This record gives sequence, structure tokens and C-alpha cells, in this order.
Amino acid sequence: MRMPTEPKLDLLQGTLDVMVLQTLSVMGAQHGYGIARRIEQVSGEEILLNQGTIYASLVRLQQRGWILAEWGTSDNNRRAKYYTITPQGWKQLAEDMAYWRRLSSVMNCVLAMAEGAR
Amino acid sequence: MSVFWQKVGSLFKRRELDRDLDSELASHIELATDEYIREGMAPDDARRRAVLRLGGIEQSKETQRDARGMAAIESVLQDVRYAVRTLRRDAGFAAFTVLIIGLGVGACATVFSVVNSILVRPLPLKNPNALVWIANRTKTEDNMSGRTLQVGRVLDFKQRNQSFSDVAGYFAFYGTGDVSLTGNGEPERLSAVPVSETFFPLLGVQPMLGRQFRADECKWNGPGAALLTYGLWQRRFASDPHIIGKALRLDQKSVTVVGVMPASFDFGAIFAPGQQIDLFYAFPLSPETDRWGNTLAVVGRLKPGATLRRAQAEADILGNQISDEHPRANDIHPVLSFLPQHVSGQVRPALIILACAVGVVMLIVCANLSNLMLARTAARQKEMAIRAALGAGRKRLARQLLTESLLLTGVGAILGIVLALTATRAIAHLTAFNLPMLSSVRIDVRVLAITVLIATATGLVLGLAPAWQIAVLKLNASLGQRGAAGAENNWVRGTLVASEIAFACVLLVGAGLLVRSFVRVLDVKLGFQPRSAATLRIDPGRGYDTNEKLIAYMNDALHRVRSVTGVEEAGLVDSLPLGKNRTWGAGAKGKTYAPNQYPLAFVRLISDGYVKAMGMTLKQGRDFSEHDTLGAAPVMLINETMARTLWPGENPIGKSVVGPCAKEREVIGVLGDVRHMALEKDAGLEMYLPSRQCSDRGWSLVVRSNLPISTLGPAVEAALRPITPDLPRGGMRPLTELVDRAVSPRRFIVLLLGGFAGFALLLASLGIYGLISYSVNRRTQEIGIRMALGASTMDVQSRIVLKTMGIAGIGLAAGIVASSGLVRSVNGLLYGIGSGDPVTFAVAAFVLMLIAGVAGYLPARRASKIDPMICLRAD
Repeated sequence: MRMPTEPKLDLLQGTLDVMVLQTLSVMGAQHGYGIARRIEQVSGEEILLNQGTIYASLVRLQQRGWILAEWGTSDNNRRAKYYTITPQGWKQLAEDMAYWRRLSSVMNCVLAMAEGAR
Repeated sequence: MSVFWQKVGSLFKRRELDRDLDSELASHIELATDEYIREGMAPDDARRRAVLRLGGIEQSKETQRDARGMAAIESVLQDVRYAVRTLRRDAGFAAFTVLIIGLGVGACATVFSVVNSILVRPLPLKNPNALVWIANRTKTEDNMSGRTLQVGRVLDFKQRNQSFSDVAGYFAFYGTGDVSLTGNGEPERLSAVPVSETFFPLLGVQPMLGRQFRADECKWNGPGAALLTYGLWQRRFASDPHIIGKALRLDQKSVTVVGVMPASFDFGAIFAPGQQIDLFYAFPLSPETDRWGNTLAVVGRLKPGATLRRAQAEADILGNQISDEHPRANDIHPVLSFLPQHVSGQVRPALIILACAVGVVMLIVCANLSNLMLARTAARQKEMAIRAALGAGRKRLARQLLTESLLLTGVGAILGIVLALTATRAIAHLTAFNLPMLSSVRIDVRVLAITVLIATATGLVLGLAPAWQIAVLKLNASLGQRGAAGAENNWVRGTLVASEIAFACVLLVGAGLLVRSFVRVLDVKLGFQPRSAATLRIDPGRGYDTNEKLIAYMNDALHRVRSVTGVEEAGLVDSLPLGKNRTWGAGAKGKTYAPNQYPLAFVRLISDGYVKAMGMTLKQGRDFSEHDTLGAAPVMLINETMARTLWPGENPIGKSVVGPCAKEREVIGVLGDVRHMALEKDAGLEMYLPSRQCSDRGWSLVVRSNLPISTLGPAVEAALRPITPDLPRGGMRPLTELVDRAVSPRRFIVLLLGGFAGFALLLASLGIYGLISYSVNRRTQEIGIRMALGASTMDVQSRIVLKTMGIAGIGLAAGIVASSGLVRSVNGLLYGIGSGDPVTFAVAAFVLMLIAGVAGYLPARRASKIDPMICLRAD
């Protein structure tokens, strides 16, 4: 039985969407597995991602027109679906990056303040 | 926005998208497995690890599907798919439920359509709520001429009143089929209504083609002008667009067609239910028509801001003033009522009762189906428990059950609407019923909305009870032992069945009372014998312009008809019973009456032979003969009531009556009373004048014969054709039609209510049968043990039947109590019996108990055939 998605997942999804976009912007065309691996590596294997969730993120980004998908062949001759970022996706990524940078700097300040008060 | 449409699109491309996702995930696993193998893992381990890192293939699919589609809608669709699958497995149950709901909803929608068109929907006139019916106040309710108004008084009233922007009317004594149309094609009899100049403008009805009547056409002896109804224009003139300005020969007079009324305007539906009107003449409001007495049916339109109450107050004062100014003319005492209420007034109580009855039927449907649903849920408890144990939320399970019941009611409602469409179409074509606005009965948006509302409510009610059971479901209990929860809902089911029986009892009593009234009405002594008699409208042409010629025509016609083989007797009358009535003053000679006490009697102008042809009884004296003609002494026949009223305790023969169509008339005979007004109404004072002494144009020929109409009609027509060349073909009607038409509103109600009661009875018996056989099934083991311990077949059977009777008895008791309170509301529709009629109640009770007994006996017999050994071994 499928349960309705809980609201607190939204932030996580949003985070994952940005990570996927950023990965694609850096790596160029890439398949789902490659994206997942890359995110794991970059994060220093710190987030143990359920790789399957990447596909939910991919379909969301696709529906918004930020990425495109096309079937292709991998280096070791495996068929795989390759994703590329669209101009719209670039624009969105720029916005998202600005937002996350602001948020993280604000969070840093807030956390520092809390330490100082103690 | 585009995201939304992509999501919607994904609902429809499910399969394709799923396949794509499958291959993508497969490629993911392969890529990952490759990598792990490169890292030195064994292929099997590598693959397992790949799947593990993915987080499960199915789970991944699920999250992706959630992201791409609309989770809420998809899960609803899933519920629906699941419900369809479940119901298909249980096709019998589903079909039965859909059928019952369909019948219930169909009945509701049909009755509501009728109520809607007669009571709710505004009349198809401009601002109908400002239209007022202006009747004359009379002492006796039955006095037809009294209720209409005299032309001169209406003109006075119209001029002086401040409340109405206009007052207009129509000539109320037009007759159906009074006008004969000749020339262009077969001669035909038409019904024409003479209306005053501003009648249509006042109603706000515009001719579809042509124009309204002009002032000069509404003068006495003005140029003949006619407005055709849409029906006549279509039927007789093949919708000729150039009809305007053409001349028709009506009653041998040339009349110009000035316009065609729109199809939406149905005079008969509003003013004369059950009558079909073909065309309209201009009716002059002139001194000549004023002399005809009370002839106008009057309608007024209130000025903006005027209220009915103030208009009535003004009319009271004006009425007195005008009546005082014209002591020799008829009085005018206007009684005002809104036109819509006037139109629907007579049938309103009956319709309200029908609406209530159909509501009760729907309640029974709900009770019955709730019961079925409860039984089903009980049987599915294990399934539900397993699903709950596997992690289905209770909310989700409850939603599943609601989806099922809504699906059932949805399909049922569609069936119901189809049924209602058929039924309303049939009703709209019932020309034999004289109910107002019946032809406009149809399913409209309002009816559809109500139907959807009813169906949804039904679905919720049906689904809620089982859903509530899920909420209190005890997992272990249901999984562990069989059927413990059954006992708890048994009393709920018992109550439902008992209430079904109570409702059915109310309907049965109501229908029973109406059926018995109907039978009483049909049994009424009419005063004439409608069987083996037929009537035909005839009238002499324009050539018969003197009384002498008319009398000659009359003699000739009667002789010709009587000489047709198989004709026993023939006679003429100016208007048949159960149709239009008029009253004339008729006082006993030598007596003085107070101004308001002067006797009024219904008038019939008849020829010799009419009394016998109608099958009336001559109680005393003699009938008219051919010799009671112009030069002879003025004579008359009266009925028994008139004889008793004018000369109580005396022999009326030879006495004289002052007034009617002569200075004074001698009574030569007394006839039995005839119900002229309606079957339900006693005869009033009735008098019969010889048509040779008091002539009128246009007669109904009454023929008594045992021949069927199909042979009698042509024979009589052939006999008359030499002297009436324009006689239309196929105009002969059986006399029984008069009676049928008069009782048609009553039959309409009786048929519908009887149908509902039968349906209710069927449902109640199914309900009780279902309950008992269910409980027998559950208690197979117990019964087996009882029988193993020596209980006889009789014991088992009587226990079960007694239990059934117990439940039925409780329902019946409640039903009888409820009925005895509720039947008072049908009082107005009853005839010849009281609302507490013991026979009806007894029969209803007997029928219900009998049906309950049978419904209980069938499962009981099955139970008593249980083989103790088999059922003890089972499980």
C-alpha cells in the first residue's frame, strides 16, 4: 500500500533535486547510476543515499523541463538512459545555488550565535 | 501548469512509462553490478548489493511513480480498480445492488421530474409570479358559471383597479372539438379557445410567426382572425412558413391566419390539463358578449410592487361597488390567487405524497443495501484483517469500502437515470391524464443534480456502516476465531430489517387506501351507463340558420342514426357529463327566494332518445318526444335532487319552473341523479330542456349499441354524411373514455404509489429473507448440534420462522403506528373510506406477515435439512 508522501520529505527532495542538477551541470550527460555514485563520492560517502530515490528526482526535473533524457550506450557497452541539463535547468540551478548559499551562510551565523550564547 | 498536464498525462501513459522505468532500473542494476564485480565481488553478491543499494526495485518504482503522477488520484483509481475486481468476483451481489439502486434512483428521479415540472419549475410565461388568476366568489364551489365573470364587469374592474397593469381572459365555455375545419384536405374537428385582445401580451407570449390579434379583429363581427398553435401548424399545415395571411374555412366561415404560437406555449397544459388546443380566436369584450353572462376566465398581471393581499383588498371593494351599480347583471366578487398556485393547486397534495412515498422507498433501498453490505463485510472480515495485518491502514481500508459502495451507487444511479429518462418520456406522452404541465415533464439539470446528490448520499450511507466496522475491527479476534463479530451486528441488521418492514407498511397502507378509494370511485353510481355507448360530435352547417331548419336537421340526423343496424337508441346533448358545466337560475313557480338563495341548476339541452341512449333512469313521468318542439308547451325534465329541493315532499310532475329558456316550464318527468361534475362529487340540481325548444349549435350524438366502435363509427358516419358532408372521419369515441379521463389523475397516483408499495414489499421481503438465511448459515453448526441432540425438523423450522415473525412483528407494529399518524395526510385523496380504514390496515398487516413468514420459512426449511454429521465434521 502506498502512503501519501509526508511533508518533511519535501526539503530532502528539494536538496536531492539541486544535487542532481549540479552533478549534471558538472559531468555533462550522465545516467541515473552515474549521478547517484557521483553524489555519494562527492559527499565523501557521507550520505547513504537510497539510489532508487534518484529516479523520483529525475522524473520531477524532467517534468519541469530542467533536464532531458535519452537512451544511449555506456562505456562498457550497457544500454542506459542519459540525462542532460537544459538551458532552463541552468537558470534554475543558478537560482537554487544562490538560495542554498544564502541559506547555509545564514544557518552558519545562527548556529555560531547559539554557541556564543552558551 | 505544464507539470500538471504532464502528471495528468502520466495517468494515461502508465504502462509505457512503467516499461521505460523497468528497463532504466534494470540498466542501473547492471551498471552497479559491473562495478562491484570490478571491485572483486562474486557476481551474485554484486547483484544483491546493487539491489540493496538501490533500496529495492519495487520501492524505487513506487517512489518514482508517486513523483511522476498524482498520488491521490492514482490511489483512488487503484481503489476503483480493486473495487471493480472485487465486485466482479461477486457479480450476483453487484448486479442485485445496482438493480435495486437503479430502481430506487429511477423512481426518485422520475417523481422529482414530475414534481419539478408541476410545482417547482416556473410556468413558461413571462414573470409568471406576477400573474394572478381572478375567479368569482360563489356560494357553492361547484357552480361553474358562477366562477367565471361577465364581460362588462371585467371591463369595469380592469378600468378602475390600481393593482393590475392589465386584466385579460379567455372564453371559458369553448368546447373541445367545437370547430370544424374544412377545405384543404380531410375535414377535421379542432379545439379553439377565444381569447381577449391582450391575453397573450399579458402572459408575455409572442407568436413565433406573424403577430398578435389587432384591435379591429377583437371587435364584435370584426374580421375573422386566428392564431395557430405550433402543434396544429406542424401537423395540419406541414410547418408552412408562408401560412400567415392564408384563409382557413372554420365552421364554414373564412378566417385569416395571423400568427403561429411558439412550441413552448401549451395552453392546455396550463389552463386545461389534458386538453389539446389547436387554435385561438379573438374574443370581443363587447356589449354583445356581455349579454352572454358569466363566460370569462380572467387573468391579471400585478403592477410592480403590488401585492396579492392589497390587490385582493382593492378587488373586494371594487367588486361590491361594481355589483351594486349593476343590480340586474351578474355580481362580481373577485377571488385572487397566483396563477402558478392555481395551476398546480389541485395536484399539489397528491404530488407531495408521491414525493414522500418515493423518499420512503429510497430509505428502504438504503436499509436493504446497508444490510447486504453489513453481511458482506462480516463475510470479508478475515480478508480485511489480513490486509490490516499486512500493513494497510484502517483509513485506507475504510476508504476502500466507501469506494466500493460509491462505485455501486454510481453505476446504479446511471441505470436509474436511464430508467427515469424512459419513464419521463412515457409520462410526457400520457395524453390521457389530465394533469397540468405533464407534457413538460423531463429530466433537467435540477433533477440530475438531485439524483447525483441522492446517489452520493446513498453510497456514503451504504459504505459508512461497514467502514465503521473496520474502525472497530479487532485483528486477533477476527483472524483467530470464526465469526465472533457476527453476533454484534446481528441486532443492527435486525433493526434495519424491522425498519424496512415498518416503511413498507406505511407505503402499503397508503397505497391500499388509495386503491380502495379508486375502486370506490369506479363503483360510484354515475347515473348513466358508459358501457356499450359511444359519442360523436356533430353540428349542422351554416346553412341551417333558422330554428326550423335546425330542428329538421336534428330529426333527420336522429332518424338516420337510429336506422343503422345495431343501433339501439340515439340522442343528442349539448354537452356530455364530466366535462364543462354551466348553471342557470331555476326557481319553483310561485315561491319567493332571498336574492342569494335563488336555486341554480346545471343545464343540459337534450333531444328525445338521449335519456335512453345514455342509460339514465326515468324515475317518474315521461321522457321528451319529437313533439316537444317549438310550438308546443315548454317542458322540462329534472333530477331527483332538484325535485326534492324545489318541492320537498310533493309530486313535481306538472309543477312549473321559472326562468330557463322560457318564461316558465312544466316538469314532465324526473330522472335519476347524474354525476356531472366529477365521479367523486354528488349531483347537484340538474335540469334537462328539450333541444328543440332551446337550441344551441354543436351537439354530441350519443349512440347506444353493442357494436364495436370500429364498425359502429363508420356506419354512423356513413348514415350522416348525406346531410353533413363535412363530417370528419373517425371521430366516434366510446363513452367510457369520459369516465377514464375523469379518473385519470387518481389512477396516475394509484399506479405510482401502488408500484412503490410493491417495490417496497419486494425489498422488505428480500431483506428479511437475506437476514434469516444469513443467520441460518452462520448457525449451521449450532443447528446441527441441536438436531444431533434430538431436535426435530419442526422444532428447528418453527424456531426460525418464529424469530422471523418476531422481527417482522416489531417492524409491523412500528409501521402501523407510523401509518395511522401519517395517513391523515392522504385524507384529501380518499373517497368513500376514512384514513383509519380497518380493512386496509388489516390487509396490509396480513400481507406483510405472510411475506415475512414465507421469507423466513425458506431458509428454515433449508436449515432443517442440515445433516448433523456433515456440519459437525466441517471446520
